[in-house]
Amino acid sequence: MAAPILTLAPEGLYCPAGDFHIDPMRPVPRALITHGHADHAGAGHGAVMATPETLAIMALRYGEGFARSQQIAGLGETVQVGGASVSFHPAGHVLGSAQIAVTQGSEKIVVSGDYKRAADPTCLPFELVACDIFITEATFGLPIFHHPAAAAEVAKLLESVAMFPERTHLIGAYSLGKAQRLAALIRQAGWDRPLYIHGAMDKLMGFYAAQGVALGEVIKVADTGRAKLPGEIVLCPPSSVGDAWSRRFADPVACFASGWMRTRARARQRGVELPLIVSDHADWAELTATIRETGCREVWVTHGEADALVHWAGTQGIGAMPLHMLGYGDEDEAVDQTVQPA
Amino acid sequence: MNRFAELLDRLAYEPSRNGKLRLLAHYFRTTGDPDRGYALAALTGALSFTNAKPALIRGLIAERVDPVLFGLSYDYVGDLSETVALLWPAANVPAQNDTDRRNAERNTLSDIVETLAATGKVQLPRTIALLLDRLDEKGRWALLKLITGGLRIGVSARLAKTALATLRDCEVNEIEDIWPGLSPPYLPLFAWLDGHGERPASDTAAQFRTPMLAHAIEDKDFAALDPADHVAEWKWDGIRVQAAAGVGADGIRIARLYSRTGEDVSAAFPDLIDMLVDARFGDAALDGELLILRDGRVQSFSVLQQRLNRKTVSAKLLLDYPAHIRAYDLLYDNGEDLRPLPFAERRKRLEAFVARATNERLDLSPRIAFASWDELAAARADPRSAGAGEDAEAVEGVMLKRADGPYLPGRPKGQWWKWKRDPFVLDAVLMYAQRGHGKRSSFYSDYTFGLWRKGSAGDEIVPVGKAYFGFTDDELKQLDRYVRDHTTNRFGPVREVAATVDEGLVLEVAFEGVQRSTRHKSGVAMRFPRISRIRWDKPSRDADKLETLEGLIAVSE
Ligand SMILES: [Zn+2]
Ligand SMILES: [Zn+2]
Repeated sequence: MAAPILTLAPEGLYCPAGDFHIDPMRPVPRALITHGHADHAGAGHGAVMATPETLAIMALRYGEGFARSQQIAGLGETVQVGGASVSFHPAGHVLGSAQIAVTQGSEKIVVSGDYKRAADPTCLPFELVACDIFITEATFGLPIFHHPAAAAEVAKLLESVAMFPERTHLIGAYSLGKAQRLAALIRQAGWDRPLYIHGAMDKLMGFYAAQGVALGEVIKVADTGRAKLPGEIVLCPPSSVGDAWSRRFADPVACFASGWMRTRARARQRGVELPLIVSDHADWAELTATIRETGCREVWVTHGEADALVHWAGTQGIGAMPLHMLGYGDEDEAVDQTVQPA
Repeated sequence: MNRFAELLDRLAYEPSRNGKLRLLAHYFRTTGDPDRGYALAALTGALSFTNAKPALIRGLIAERVDPVLFGLSYDYVGDLSETVALLWPAANVPAQNDTDRRNAERNTLSDIVETLAATGKVQLPRTIALLLDRLDEKGRWALLKLITGGLRIGVSARLAKTALATLRDCEVNEIEDIWPGLSPPYLPLFAWLDGHGERPASDTAAQFRTPMLAHAIEDKDFAALDPADHVAEWKWDGIRVQAAAGVGADGIRIARLYSRTGEDVSAAFPDLIDMLVDARFGDAALDGELLILRDGRVQSFSVLQQRLNRKTVSAKLLLDYPAHIRAYDLLYDNGEDLRPLPFAERRKRLEAFVARATNERLDLSPRIAFASWDELAAARADPRSAGAGEDAEAVEGVMLKRADGPYLPGRPKGQWWKWKRDPFVLDAVLMYAQRGHGKRSSFYSDYTFGLWRKGSAGDEIVPVGKAYFGFTDDELKQLDRYVRDHTTNRFGPVREVAATVDEGLVLEVAFEGVQRSTRHKSGVAMRFPRISRIRWDKPSRDADKLETLEGLIAVSE
């Protein structure tokens, strides 16, 4: 067998033929980045190649000089990087998110990054890429995880708002992706009052709106003259829901939008009163369907609930290997790096 | 079924009583018959069908899901019903034709309850599997909780009835009055609540009557009260109960024991039910204190606790902890509602009743003789020499009742007063703080405090208790700030604060008693501890010692 296309280096996945890393967790000379979440897109690399949206998000986060040079990856275009050819394909995770396919000779590997198959009005849908080896995450890699239709969860939210018109509904939602997807879904459900946001979300909300995502009127909590915002919907980073910041609102209903809300113990542990099961990651059915549909011979599992997925692949006659990569996580459970004191 | 499941979910997540009431009322208002009636029955524990054992559920899922995937999932979720609800392979076909739609309609709570009621033990696994096939995750979860008897969602029967009362804007007592004559799915009740139907007749046999409660008396209240208008009794440190007996519509004698909130606790006290069911007790309802008596002497509350919360009531338990009722009021006697009568009149009837019943498990709560408030204060300070004798240690204060007052449900003003013995107080040091729930979820509002003791490496502070009330909203803010500024360690929602000889916050803790406990590191447990004062001024080294608290065990037991 020829030299492997990708190996596991201390910094993350590495392609010897092209001399680049994918989503490295430490600064490297050349990095290909799947999407803008902090656990995938770090600062301080030499050269960075990513979709235009991901590059823009990194610039918003880390400043224009986040890397020495930047190269735009056009979706579906094949580019030669050293001895490997590389192409980017939509992953359906957040705005600008992409899977990265690396081909060497007749062998193709797809690094999917984070992805989902469910519809999302804020980003392009996942594109299936046939491959020999498929690299997947397994954040929700247990058969108990099936994310219901996001529209139904938003309907549940609006029903609660109608039932408690004197209270503020305070929704913890990750600042990049989740918050904008929720805002867009709330608009699709017909809510036409302004949406209120925590100051830490302002930049990314503005960026999504500028990219043409319909978010309607969005007002920073700090900018409103109204004191307690009864009957209104407020979006904030997950960590702010139980924070001193939340005390300004009218008897707030603590909501959290995350795939973790599937299990009741998890929701209760976080003090959530209204759990909204909305996830930007694939659930069990999406993970297993995707692995099957890629026609891959082998699946590598980067992180998450790898045991169940590896076991399942075995029962399907697909080779499977857990990579146990530390450092990747799920953004809902991570400390939201965009949070500044409001 | 889904609406019911959603209600259960929201109730489980909702911390406030008011929020729970709103959710319940909304459900009863917007759900049709007979579904809402069966939901009410499920919430008040009035549903009965063959319960399924966890092994049955495990067997069903083992036939459908890979055992490794089940094991990993169960480890993650930690709750069998929830794991199975999530893993159950869904049919997942949207309603296409009339047959599908009819099947979907059959997924109502009432349909499921009726199906289960008609199912015997042998067909149970198959029936459950068929039902699970028809339901979605939420519905499956609710069904599994129902049939395994694990419906614990923090809703009392009283709360459900209070929510019902809002439908008609009536008093909850009106519902309580007619409740014993009703059964699932409560169609006449809902018709009446909706305003198109007669008020259901009340079956008075052994029914619960909402008890009359007392206000705590304060020093300033005495000036407006005349001792001559009042009767005083000891306030016993037991459990308030209502004992009722009578002849049901079917001619069979029934007897029930209720807690203060109307929960039927008869099953835990067969010794008392034996007395009530005896014909000498007649058709009556009395109000009194449940106590444990040994050789005629009242035992402490910690002894009574041994008798409570037991799954099974063994013969040995009955023998070692004989239950007793010390009666202080008579509400109903052979067809006559005594509640409109003045207290003095009811008391005479009660005395006659206890004499007639002649049972060693029943006696009369004695009156305290007094002519002035000073005399009563002296009795309260020293119950032993004021008539309580050997039972003085089970006295937690005195009760004061207007002699001419009727028996009114709830907590009417100016009728009954409780004058509690002063609480114990100690100065303790704050050790840990935990985030609260609901409105308090952004505050560190649950405090663990400790006292000094000699350790192997010098003086150390050992935790003795936890308190989460007693302070004002302003004090809560100050405490929250203090915790955030003095955190030395974090464990999830808990913060550890500095507590040493040189640094630490002293809290004055008030409590009602103390007893030995093997579950606490300190070996003692306080009753009803609360923060009575924040001692910003007091250095932590001057806080009290564990031995002081241990010294109170004898006094309080
Ligand atoms: Zn991500
Ligand atoms: Zn990630």
